[in-house]
Amino acid sequence: MPKDHGIGASPKRREDVRFLTGAGNYTDDINVHGQAYVHFLRSDMAHGKINSIDTSAAEGMPGVVRIFTGKDFEGVGGLPCGWQVTDKNGDPMKEPPHPVLAQGKVRHVGDPIAAVVADSLEQARTAAEAIVLDIEELPAVVDMAKALQPGATKVHDDLADNLCYDWQFGTDTETTDAAFMNAAHVTTLELVNNRLVANPMEPRVAVGDYSRARDEHTLYTTSQNPHVIRLLMGAFVLGIPEHKLRVVAPDVGGGFGTKIFHYAEEAFCTFAAKACNRPVKWTSTRSEAFMSDAHGRDHVTKIELALDKDNNFLAVRTDTLANMGAYLSTFSSSVPTWLHGTLMAGNYKTPAVQVNVKAVFTNTVPVDAYRGAGRPEATFQLERVIDKAARELGVDPIALRRQNFITQFPYATPVAVEYDTGDYEATMAKMEELMDIKGFAARRAESEKNGKLRGLGVNCFIEACGIAPSNLVGQLGARAGLYDAATVRVNATGSISVLVGAHSHGQGHETVFPQVVAEMLGIDESMVDIVHGDTSKIPFGMGTYGSRSLAVCGSAMVRATEKIINKAKKIAGHLLEASDADIELKDGKFTVAGTDKSVAWGDVTLAAYVPHNYPLEDIEPGLEETAFYDPANFTYPAGAYACEVEVDPDTGKVTIEKFVSADDFGNVVNPMIVEGQVHGGIAQGIGQALLENCAYDENGQLLSASYMDYAMPRADDIPHMANYVVDHSCQTPCTHNPLGVKGCGEAGAIGSPPTVVNAVIDALHSGGHTHVSHIDMPVSPSRVWAAINGQ
Amino acid sequence: MHMTDSRTIAATPEEVWAAILDPDVLKQCVPGCTEMSGSAEEGFEATVVQKVGPVKATFQGTVALSDMVPGQSLKLSGEGKGGAAGFAKGGADVTLKAVEGGTELHYEVEAKVGGKLAQLGSRIIDGFAKKMADQFFSNFQTVVEGPQEADADSAETAGEGGEKKKGWFKKLVS
Repeated sequence: MPKDHGIGASPKRREDVRFLTGAGNYTDDINVHGQAYVHFLRSDMAHGKINSIDTSAAEGMPGVVRIFTGKDFEGVGGLPCGWQVTDKNGDPMKEPPHPVLAQGKVRHVGDPIAAVVADSLEQARTAAEAIVLDIEELPAVVDMAKALQPGATKVHDDLADNLCYDWQFGTDTETTDAAFMNAAHVTTLELVNNRLVANPMEPRVAVGDYSRARDEHTLYTTSQNPHVIRLLMGAFVLGIPEHKLRVVAPDVGGGFGTKIFHYAEEAFCTFAAKACNRPVKWTSTRSEAFMSDAHGRDHVTKIELALDKDNNFLAVRTDTLANMGAYLSTFSSSVPTWLHGTLMAGNYKTPAVQVNVKAVFTNTVPVDAYRGAGRPEATFQLERVIDKAARELGVDPIALRRQNFITQFPYATPVAVEYDTGDYEATMAKMEELMDIKGFAARRAESEKNGKLRGLGVNCFIEACGIAPSNLVGQLGARAGLYDAATVRVNATGSISVLVGAHSHGQGHETVFPQVVAEMLGIDESMVDIVHGDTSKIPFGMGTYGSRSLAVCGSAMVRATEKIINKAKKIAGHLLEASDADIELKDGKFTVAGTDKSVAWGDVTLAAYVPHNYPLEDIEPGLEETAFYDPANFTYPAGAYACEVEVDPDTGKVTIEKFVSADDFGNVVNPMIVEGQVHGGIAQGIGQALLENCAYDENGQLLSASYMDYAMPRADDIPHMANYVVDHSCQTPCTHNPLGVKGCGEAGAIGSPPTVVNAVIDALHSGGHTHVSHIDMPVSPSRVWAAINGQ
Repeated sequence: MHMTDSRTIAATPEEVWAAILDPDVLKQCVPGCTEMSGSAEEGFEATVVQKVGPVKATFQGTVALSDMVPGQSLKLSGEGKGGAAGFAKGGADVTLKAVEGGTELHYEVEAKVGGKLAQLGSRIIDGFAKKMADQFFSNFQTVVEGPQEADADSAETAGEGGEKKKGWFKKLVS
């Protein structure tokens, strides 16, 4: 029988009470007395030289408080990049300035040129229309290959060219080349990992406030990591020390990575609030979000897989162009390198793996982490090329994968990481069972009767979550630590506030974290709340991204709770006149081992705060503990995914009939929430595979900047719940964190795109369209139809 | 985007040439044009109100004439800024050739849009631009040739102030 409380139970999400009743408190709900509104005048050109910006007419317009341009930010730092990648020659990556407001040139559609602060938003918008711009349009570079050609227009004039870095990683060239020379078969695939826009339901918002009396700044912002914003903006952009800067990220309506980064609008509102001595608020419109939120993916890759005569993988070699956009967003440089190259071994014991990545500047919106961040790109290439190899060799794609699985753990890959644990055979077998692979032939025959082609796609994935340890990532170029922190504050009557560095913006931390603490103490979950999202309240935190919250911050919370238990046992020992070594904590009661003498949790907590009968000479009053936790390694969730599609050969329309995921997330605290995470992740992966595409024309104009042109997945694009099966019963607990947990937030988005494409290719082959070896995402009806018809 | 077309206008190449250089003619021909000033030598300034899909805007624009070979060919380059709506720019290479029945006017148009027009209107912009070009040259043909005789009566009754509508050139010479 499933547990009804604590670890392993599925209590309903307590945060949903406020979210579902309209009682959430989002950044846009925050209005500071006297606030002014900012409207950003953004470039409608992809590339241009700013000759002049005449704000004189606009300044006199009704309600205008002040108009800012790049000149006002000349004494201020630019937006920093948080990860320095070293290229294959040992040189640091090119790191051009990223001003808050454009200086000298505009470099992408949406680049902010001027900001109008006015009494009302309407007044700000109207005044922005009166700003006279003299911007000389320059040719734009959009296509990465063209951007790297000699003589291409340069996005940054001070750089030699548009190359940010040329990175090589993994097995050396000589060994890799030798493996290819000795191969019995080589499969090559060229593919595009399409550019995406994250589209969280809540657009970004920033409210800057400044107290002249206290010389204190407050920024309310839609962030996944308020302490990171405080550090980046305070130390690198505006020069505000931490004790004078408070960053609050209240309820946040979805992030998917795009709210990790430090954005110009946050720095602007903080700066302008002081400059205008007035709170300043910005709320992104959806159109602005499309051209100012960091985009995701946008890789163009050639991957080669070498196999021996027995179909054992010998080597993988990749060559990728990764689009950085016009500027380096906060973690952009790490995505195609350390978050991508390190995963290129996948679930397989391939002895040689070499990854080559050129990062390229173009006149497009900056590209950075989006749900999965580098790992979906790695998985897509590898699992597509394996599928193509199976087809070329005429072998079963499941058998080919099985034969090459890593089976011994720990396993050190040729791409630097060491998988601590896993069981890829178990998830594959679970997937086969849930998918009813044996019944596929009959289902295909049924589809064919209806004139449809049915395809089965399978693949594996592995990801690395909870990026760590800090001393290693520091060597790799990270300019931050990747630990997290938690304070467990036990109140006098026994209730608990846990102050956590992780930020919850849809993940359900407010439900899950108390389950852990309550289980450890044997008290009711309702006695535990978490506090997050405010740098003035929580000790520190690196925030939420990369499926790290429970594995990293949750571990810090466990460590702090262990300290609480140790201290509480000392107090209990005193009250029970026994040695604390003999005290046992069970079901919220401290008992002297082997006796019936006990005190309740509440007796101990009250004694800590009313220390009348208390060992004051040995321990301090109070019951509050903080722990910082820096993991020893990443965690490595993995799994096997499958889907069945029907393709209408007359129209090219693809319908997903069934989707199955068998994931290994290690231990699971709240199964319902894990399933929800995977459902959502797969939906986003299906969106990437079938629908979503961020399109630019050759002049750098953004063509897909509304929901008319950017197709988000809708309910009817996802299989019915009965055929949308997510399983996490295969569990190999993580070996190095106290909860044995791995991370489930991104798995669905990482594992699912190749599943869908593999299935579509399988369907087309079953219909005799064997000339189609690949279709780039999104696998839209027009692309499928064109592929079928050889166009 | 690239468009090309030709049409035959019942007027001499000289008459057509003169019309192209006249801001009043251009004002009548540019769809949605509310103001047009300037000269062929200095360039024209225009205000155009247009709606492209969901985006309606007033474009402040300039039109420059270049590569002028009188009576034979010229290049029209235009650029319009629509504020928050973005911008549109384009050029037309126009050549005139005397043919039986008048002048063959051939044009090749290049056009592009930016900002919100591209973001929201990309799917419809090609059709829109073609319609604009068609309308421009149809208007031009009508203005230069004057209404057909069959239409003249109805134009007269409908015309403002009762003035009989005449072709541009006939007005000029009469």
